[in-house]
Amino acid sequence: MTTRTEYVKGTPVALDGDRAVAEAMRQVNPDVVAAYPITPQTEIVQRFSEFVANGEVDTEFIAVESEHAAMSACIGASAAGGRAQTATAGAGLALMWEVTWVAAGTRLPIVMHVVNRSLSAPLNILCDHSDSMGVRDAGWIQLYAETIQEAYDDAIQAVRIAEHPDVMLPTMHTLDGFVLGHSLERIEVLPDEVVRGFIGTYNPRYSLLDVDHPVTFGPNDYHDYFFEHRRQQIEGMERALDVIPQIGEEFGALTGRRYGLVEGYQLDDADFAIVALGSINGTVKVVVDELRRQDRKVGLLKVRSFRPFPADKVAQALGGKRAIAVLDRSFSFGAQAHPLFLEVLTALYTHGFTPGMANYVFGLGGRDTLPWQIRQVYDDLAELEGVVSAPVRYLTVRE
Amino acid sequence: MEKLLEIRWHGRGGQGVVTASELLAETALEDGGYFQAFPDYGSERMGAPIRAYTRISSSPIRQHCQISEPDAVVVFDSTLIGVVDFTEGLKDGGALVINTTLPPDEVRRRLGLGHGRVYTVDATSIALSTMKRNIPNTPMLGALLRAIDVVKKDDLIKVITERMGGRMSKEMVKANIEAMEQAFNETREDRI
Repeated sequence: MTTRTEYVKGTPVALDGDRAVAEAMRQVNPDVVAAYPITPQTEIVQRFSEFVANGEVDTEFIAVESEHAAMSACIGASAAGGRAQTATAGAGLALMWEVTWVAAGTRLPIVMHVVNRSLSAPLNILCDHSDSMGVRDAGWIQLYAETIQEAYDDAIQAVRIAEHPDVMLPTMHTLDGFVLGHSLERIEVLPDEVVRGFIGTYNPRYSLLDVDHPVTFGPNDYHDYFFEHRRQQIEGMERALDVIPQIGEEFGALTGRRYGLVEGYQLDDADFAIVALGSINGTVKVVVDELRRQDRKVGLLKVRSFRPFPADKVAQALGGKRAIAVLDRSFSFGAQAHPLFLEVLTALYTHGFTPGMANYVFGLGGRDTLPWQIRQVYDDLAELEGVVSAPVRYLTVRE
Repeated sequence: MEKLLEIRWHGRGGQGVVTASELLAETALEDGGYFQAFPDYGSERMGAPIRAYTRISSSPIRQHCQISEPDAVVVFDSTLIGVVDFTEGLKDGGALVINTTLPPDEVRRRLGLGHGRVYTVDATSIALSTMKRNIPNTPMLGALLRAIDVVKKDDLIKVITERMGGRMSKEMVKANIEAMEQAFNETREDRI
């Protein structure tokens, strides 16, 4: 058992989410960062380009003409055997969409820092998860952060997850735009040598630049083998279910901050639970504490890994609950319910659980969600036992 | 028992509201505290009403939402009276700190504020005389420190020196500290 005194001591600093991620990138010191430097880009790239200009990193920084080009340049750099990273947000991620599939299908361990923003129209650059949900099927691992500390920690762990030989998949970690991206919080930054020791050196199995062992990346692959390659890609994603918590434990043994696929909060004896992604989890925790003081058996399940979706862990954590509310910060027009709800419902049903369930859409386009609104959800849950509620409910919207 | 203080800032784009919210938050770090500072982003334009928020606590802060029941409200611009409902949600016994030449009881009367404490300071004149610029953020920090026990003044001076020192002349940093001190001393109070 590791005792607390053995953990590496970080330096407490005041950083906003964008700068915290840029700081992690500085410590990781990628070989190549390709990014589009203009709106909708966040301050991550601006800050990182200062590190490049000051000679604080060895990174080759490529200021490209679009987000599509940013991902394309990362694909080239990664295929050449380098550690390649980029950052984007909102419409930038949408423009990148086509090539995100190429990165994943080519099994390139690119790391992408995503600051979650809504998609226009009407024009909106504030927080929701429409951007990352738009690429949820592209074959990238997706981690969602509750705090700026988690965003910083995820930015470091993402390198190890992506490059793990059992996985070899591009990894994006996200932080809620403005709510975390532009907010200042106290975080602990690890010493540079600890981060460098943790991520180690990347030794690619195949590299375009290894001329003694020539390989082809991205060839034609039609009805003869395409399906088999997709199947292998799915295997890599499934193996990430073991790798993400392994690396999270290793990181925890070092820092005292342990990470898994999901995090339960006051969940074991809870009758009623909320499930959510991202920064709203913090607000839900505050409400759980308050309701627990009134002896109400409520809890929270925070989903950190949305891709791969940890169905077993979710079912294990939520099985037997009387009613569950799933909060979605994105929307699929015409769907029966929204992305996180559908995953949770499927996980529970396929594990033999049929609790009362409701899907709440909240926080679209940066709409603030306050503790009393979360209390309302827990109040609703008490009436939802045995009912899978339809239609979807909307939190904080004016009807 | 954890102590959480929540402060809401109102002003106009260009007055240094966001910087003030961050300077106060960073100062809490000097004492080993936890904090959040964040603006309410809309389409910011010079002169448009804006809001920012600061939370300070002795333990980690978990909520990620705006502040609807502040312990203190700081108003950088008295022309916001009647334009923005800045006393909305102000806690009982909370503090309103406003940049104005009016005396605090007159501000209370005009706002019809039946509770809390009102503090006034002529931060604009102080900013103009010390810094020769109408950016009243450091004087408003001084006034806030008079109104609530949130951070140590010496810690604030250290953070102003470090953070503003990176992008301002020594004279300008000194003027900011002078402005903060002067506002701290000249802030007037009305309690009921």
